[in-house]
Amino acid sequence: MRVVLRNPTREMDVDGPVTVHVLLQRLGLNRESHLVICDGELVPGDRMLGADAEVEVRSVISGGAGAAVMRAPR
Amino acid sequence: MKCRVCRGPAVIDVRRHNANFCREHFLRLCRDQVAKAVRRFDMLAPDDRVLVAVSGGKDSLAVWDILIGLGYEADGFYLGLGIGDYSEESARYARRYAEDRGLTLHTVDLLSAHGFDVPSGARAARRVPCSACGLSKRHLFDEAARRGGYDALATGHNLDDEAAVLMGNTLRWQTEYLGRQLPVLEARDGFPRKVKPLVRLSERETAAYCLLKGIDYIVDECPMAAGNKHLAYKAALNDIEAESPGSKHDFYFGFLARASERFRAGVERDRSELGPCERCGSPTDAGVCAFCRLAERATAVPAPVRLGERPAR
Repeated sequence: MRVVLRNPTREMDVDGPVTVHVLLQRLGLNRESHLVICDGELVPGDRMLGADAEVEVRSVISGGAGAAVMRAPR
Repeated sequence: MKCRVCRGPAVIDVRRHNANFCREHFLRLCRDQVAKAVRRFDMLAPDDRVLVAVSGGKDSLAVWDILIGLGYEADGFYLGLGIGDYSEESARYARRYAEDRGLTLHTVDLLSAHGFDVPSGARAARRVPCSACGLSKRHLFDEAARRGGYDALATGHNLDDEAAVLMGNTLRWQTEYLGRQLPVLEARDGFPRKVKPLVRLSERETAAYCLLKGIDYIVDECPMAAGNKHLAYKAALNDIEAESPGSKHDFYFGFLARASERFRAGVERDRSELGPCERCGSPTDAGVCAFCRLAERATAVPAPVRLGERPAR
C-alpha cells in the first residue's frame, strides 16, 4: 500500500494487508499521536488496510509554544 | 470495533475512555467534553461574547466550531506572524473556515501593524522565535478582546498542551507559573478573562473532530517550532500514555484538584500592581510593557529583506 506521512510530507510503500495498529508499529509511530486515514476516511486501530489502499498517517502534535507557554499568561 | 453508544461501526478508538465511537457519537463526545469543561470551571455565561484566537490549526478551529455549536456568540481573531509560507497558508485556512460559515474573523498583521514579524522580532530581541511569538500573541489577543468589548478570550489549548506545560513547569519547579496554570483566568486590571475550553480533549481528539466535521486545517507544523522543549514533553507524555492510557488526564486534572491551590497563595502575594503602558496603554507592571519593548528593539534594525523583491531605488 502507498502510505503518505506528514510533518514532513513523505511517501513510502508498505506491504499489506495489515491492521492500522500494526502499520503504526511497523513505522515506529505512537498511536496516541497519530491518526490514520484510508481512502479519505478516518479508520480505527483494528481496521484491516488492503494491499492497494491509499493511506495517510497524520501526526496530530503541534507545538509552536515552547517557552512562551511555560510562561503562563496572567 | 463498534461504537460504545450505538454499536454501529466505529471510526475511532479512544483508549483513555476504553471506548470506540462512530462519527456521530464521537462528535457528541467532543461537544459534551467542552460543555463539561465550560460548566465545571465556570468559563462562560450563556450570553457572553467570546473572541476566539484562531491560528488556522486544528485546535483553534475546533474550539471555535464547538463554541458556535453550543450556541455561543463567538468571533475569531487571526494574527499574521510573518513566518513565510506557513503564515500565508494558515491565514487561508482561518479565512476559509470563517467565510464558509458566515462568521466574523478579525485579522491583524504583525509586520503591517507593528513594523516587525516573528523572525525579525526574535533576532532583534535575541529571543527564541516561540518566545517572541507567544509574547506577541498574548499581547495582541488581549488587546483585541479588550478593544472589541468581548467578555472572554478563548484559546485552543488542549489536554496535551496543558499536560506538557505542567511537565515543563514541574521539572523546573516554576512555582509562580504553576500557580497560574489554570483553565480559566479571571479578568483583572484590564486583562480579559481567558478560557481554555478544550482542556478535556486530547490533540488526537481535536484532530479527529476536524477530520470528521470536514474542517480543513493547516496540518504542517510551524517551521520555527521544530526541536522546542514543548514538543519533547508532549512526546514523552505520549510514550507514557501509550503504556498507561489516561495518564495525561490524571496528571493535569490531579494537579488542578490536589496541587494547584498550594501554589496560588504565592501568586496572590507576589502579584504586582499594574498600570497602563506608557506606549500602548495595556496593563503592565513596568513603565513600558514587554510587547512595546520587543517592538522597540525589533524596529530599531533594518526591515527584513524579502526574497524575490528588488530593493526600492
